[in-house]
Amino acid sequence: MAEIPLNECCYRLNHLDRSWDIDVYMANGGYEVWKKVLAGELTPQEIIDEVKTSNIRGRGGAGFPTGLKWSFMNRHAPGPKYILCNSDEGEPGTFKDRDILRYNPHQLIEGMMIAGYVIGANAGYNYIRGEFWEPYKRFDNAVKQAYEAGLLGKNILGSGWDFDLYTHLGAGAYICGEETALIESIEGKKGQPRFKPPFPASYGLYGRPTTINNTETLASIPMILAKGGKWFADLGVPGAGGTKIYAVSGHVEKPGNYEVRMGTPFKDLLSLAGGVWKGRKLKAVIPGGSSTAVLPAEKAMKMNMDYDSIAKAGSFLGAGSVIIMDETTDMVKALERLTWFYYEESCGQCTPCREGTGWMYRVVHRIRTGKGRPEDIEMLKDVSGKIMGRVICGLGDAASIPVASFLEHFEHEFRHYIEHGCSIYDRA
Amino acid sequence: MSEKNYQVIKGDVKARIDRWISQYPADQRQSAVMPALRIVQEVNGGYLTRELMDEVADYLGMAPMAVYEVATFYSMYEHKPVGKHKICMCTNISCMLRDADDLVEYLKEKLGVDVGEVTPDGRFSIKKVECLGACGEAPVAMIGKEYYGNLTRERLDELLDSLE
Repeated sequence: MAEIPLNECCYRLNHLDRSWDIDVYMANGGYEVWKKVLAGELTPQEIIDEVKTSNIRGRGGAGFPTGLKWSFMNRHAPGPKYILCNSDEGEPGTFKDRDILRYNPHQLIEGMMIAGYVIGANAGYNYIRGEFWEPYKRFDNAVKQAYEAGLLGKNILGSGWDFDLYTHLGAGAYICGEETALIESIEGKKGQPRFKPPFPASYGLYGRPTTINNTETLASIPMILAKGGKWFADLGVPGAGGTKIYAVSGHVEKPGNYEVRMGTPFKDLLSLAGGVWKGRKLKAVIPGGSSTAVLPAEKAMKMNMDYDSIAKAGSFLGAGSVIIMDETTDMVKALERLTWFYYEESCGQCTPCREGTGWMYRVVHRIRTGKGRPEDIEMLKDVSGKIMGRVICGLGDAASIPVASFLEHFEHEFRHYIEHGCSIYDRA
Repeated sequence: MSEKNYQVIKGDVKARIDRWISQYPADQRQSAVMPALRIVQEVNGGYLTRELMDEVADYLGMAPMAVYEVATFYSMYEHKPVGKHKICMCTNISCMLRDADDLVEYLKEKLGVDVGEVTPDGRFSIKKVECLGACGEAPVAMIGKEYYGNLTRERLDELLDSLE
């Protein structure tokens, strides 16, 4: 394995002592871009062009091109506009944004400042999930430091530009990672997604034009503008620039976050994470968080970690949350846990999702507890197929994809349970 | 509004809630409902009551039902007493793959209570939670505001002994 470059963007300072302090950030080029922006040396249009050149795609899971998203906003539209950061990291297997908040909060703040300036927003909120108390305190303290340094507030550095930055703390709801549910939540309501259109760019927080980006996306912006869009694009592959943080968890020797270049071979990432634990063989990989399709080892070992390559293998890059399963993993039990999660987290608004997630959990549960019926496999395929595309937000699809993919690749394990009342690993 | 005789939203509690209110537009007091519920829950020993929710509703100018909706939608709000230390064990996929279920069984056995129950001395309660977003340290638990990772039966023993 050739030397793999690590931590070139969002995690570039994480190895430094007190990397979350403004002094450390500024000693390493921090807020230089923001000062150029305020001095008028970089116009909003130039920034959007540079971000488009960088080929960065949204890091929260959907992979939407960031430059294009920003261009939907009319910065000269009258009245308040908002920039929101989505730090509601809740997709099972995802823990990358937590380490941005803890170790490099200023780079995220600078990204939010710049994004706000581009879209014409004088206020921003970072939505941090309620369980992230330590990351919240780190971020909140960094915001205070930025105010004290005169980098936030009114008439910043005499530029005439105002920007205020706040944190909103969640209280435990996966669905609030969906952008319109996140907006509802900031408005003090249940986190139930809105029907789109209208999109947030025209009707967002408090009914005002709003842009929402993921933590990793926004934290990448200062580096893209400091080193150039081309620099970032060249780190990655055609169509998807830059580095990407892969959060590797499950059956590996060294679980953790690895910021590598887009397009890094999966097998190299697995080696970085110490390989499969206990000297065991790889069985399956969920490459992008629990909502992306599971892949058998042989397909995963041939793919590279970028959108196109993972799509060719039959899954999706998602949030880059790589869940590793070794050769002893009971796939029925794994799916049972995932179906429970979506059943628990469905907001209950759309009937196919509210009812369908419950059906899927109950059927997988009955298979796992030895009470499965031969027709259950078809029923699972039928129910999952009938949720997809018939609901307001992505949660319904996210709940269906694991069911469909576990059955696609590991149907024999479900059949074994149905026929023998136990796992393929249990002695009959 | 501050003239009213609130039971809980006064003094320091009021100041903490007001700080949150101040970060939203003046006509959007409702945006502070989540932090307000978190704060009153905290000062009430970890759970909400009808009276507390009603007080929050009144203070923020919301319909009580709108507050109940929020308070029952988000999983971190509690509606019955919890232990002084609420042990939130993640059992989602990455923690499950590293034996979180065994730790839940161990906790039940060690503390002599089921998930959702409080120990007779009021010190501990167990809750199963969804992904805490710290899967690199799986299995993970949240106790109070802190995360504890790489848990084993032995680490849980040490941890529980260290908590008053």
